[in-house]
Amino acid sequence: MRLRPERFFLHAVLISVALIWLTPTIGLLVSSFRPRDAVLSSGWWTVFTHFWDLRQFTLQNYIEILTAQGMAQAFRNSLLITLPSTVIPISVAALAAYAFAWMDFPARRFLFGVVVGLMIVPLQMTLIPLLRVYNRLGLAGTFIGIWLAHTGYGLPFAIYLLRNFFAALPRDLFESAYLDGASQWTAFWRLALPLSTPALASLAIFQFLWVWNDLLVALIYLGGTEDVAPLTVKLTGLVNSLGQNWHLLTAAAFVTMALPLVVFLTLQRYFVRGILAGSIKG
Amino acid sequence: MRWQKSWLPWLYLSPALLILAAYLVYPTVETLRLSFYDARGETFIGLENYRWVFTARPMRIAFRNNLLWIVVFTSTTVSLGLVLAVMADRVRYESLFKSAVFLPMAISFAGAGVIWLFMYAYRPPQAPQIGLLNAILVNVFHTKPVAWLTNRHINNFSLIAVGVWIWTGFNLVILSAAYKGIPRELLEAARVDGASEWQIFWRIILPLMKPTLAVVTTTMIINVLKVFDIVYVMTNGNYDTEVIANRMYKEMFHFRNFGRASAIAVILLLAILPVMLINMSRFLENEER
Repeated sequence: MRLRPERFFLHAVLISVALIWLTPTIGLLVSSFRPRDAVLSSGWWTVFTHFWDLRQFTLQNYIEILTAQGMAQAFRNSLLITLPSTVIPISVAALAAYAFAWMDFPARRFLFGVVVGLMIVPLQMTLIPLLRVYNRLGLAGTFIGIWLAHTGYGLPFAIYLLRNFFAALPRDLFESAYLDGASQWTAFWRLALPLSTPALASLAIFQFLWVWNDLLVALIYLGGTEDVAPLTVKLTGLVNSLGQNWHLLTAAAFVTMALPLVVFLTLQRYFVRGILAGSIKG
Repeated sequence: MRWQKSWLPWLYLSPALLILAAYLVYPTVETLRLSFYDARGETFIGLENYRWVFTARPMRIAFRNNLLWIVVFTSTTVSLGLVLAVMADRVRYESLFKSAVFLPMAISFAGAGVIWLFMYAYRPPQAPQIGLLNAILVNVFHTKPVAWLTNRHINNFSLIAVGVWIWTGFNLVILSAAYKGIPRELLEAARVDGASEWQIFWRIILPLMKPTLAVVTTTMIINVLKVFDIVYVMTNGNYDTEVIANRMYKEMFHFRNFGRASAIAVILLLAILPVMLINMSRFLENEER
């Protein structure tokens, strides 16, 4: 057993760090439920002196930002952007990853190397030419345009991860399936995919959060177009237009965070795995 | 592998290869080309954009700040992550603790930016401070409030602190997993031999965790080179807080100078390249094992 003062020091440090880490988010959450005058005249921590007095809290801020400030629309846009931007790249990547893992064709290793090598490209390298093409084709400011862009950016990592997962599945399984006359499609659809559920889940969660939380890609390809702007773009716009209206800004920020937090709290295991696996993505 | 139609693999590959060619390969080549052209991408101007990148004042500030981010952000997140991983391993509420520190990873950088704009909120000395940090300064330490985001001596550190808040949990989780991979008998044996906890940390834990520390460090450096959202949301690079990626966005969207923006992107790629190669060679090593 360690000495008592040492244990005390250990707990003191860890508990203080945890509190410091949680405090900013708690402050945001508390402020988002306080009326305008209260937020602007006293610190959010003062609510704790009479916390059970529920009259000091209000839902008015949320009602205002969801309706008058258009956050409900932005939430819908975020969903419309994020769901296809998660499903499309994973489907496309799974097909390619299966070919890389279980099919024979010339230059297989070389092509896979190129795909993995594309992870190096920072997306900044692609913004200008793609935007120019998008402007010509009328894809700027459209959902299809941003779905495809997120697909392109997500593919190298998704192919890399799924190829490795597919390739690690037992070879005998595929051999006997082929012997029984299964087509490649059957082997892909009935064997590779169902056996890779954990990898697919982690990948899906990572891609979902990456797109949901993305600001740069949306700023570039959706521009300032109000009716397609996702939450992150909308929120940054509000930072400039609402200035010191902290009661509204905090509520708006919490709306953008709500879904990722739910994912985090319910699917933490997959979430952590997905984030860790995806950490090297460009 | 059994006999198959020779075109079948290409059927599976073609959607991916087409999209990769259109969204990564073509734009990369085109950006490289544009970096030698004028603002509208029409006239060849040689290395002029690169001369600008390395001499213009806003770029010098951006380079300086990215360097500051690399040093301060990387060393803080990695060392804090390591120390907390080792400490958290000794308590029963470890997973709860890790969740608390990891939580900001779920939030968008834009959301984190708003959270910290509020933490840093500044009011003149007479007014009640509604930002927590200034309230502590004024009410607990009885000093003047600090303009965290506009004071040029500290604002870069204020922004870096937000990055640290977001990313420390990531390092903590990875390093904690690596720490748990160290055989307990090794540490116990050292303790039996009379080594102090301090010696064990420096002589055993640290050397054994070197590979993971390298991965985490390179990942942090790549993040920092591309840092954009935090700066864009909180200061937009004003008051000498500019960074490379934010400057590129400005050149592209506000000044419509595609030549300069492309040159910045190329420099960013060149800066990321060596770090990324180190990281990738490690992946390949893992694969061969």
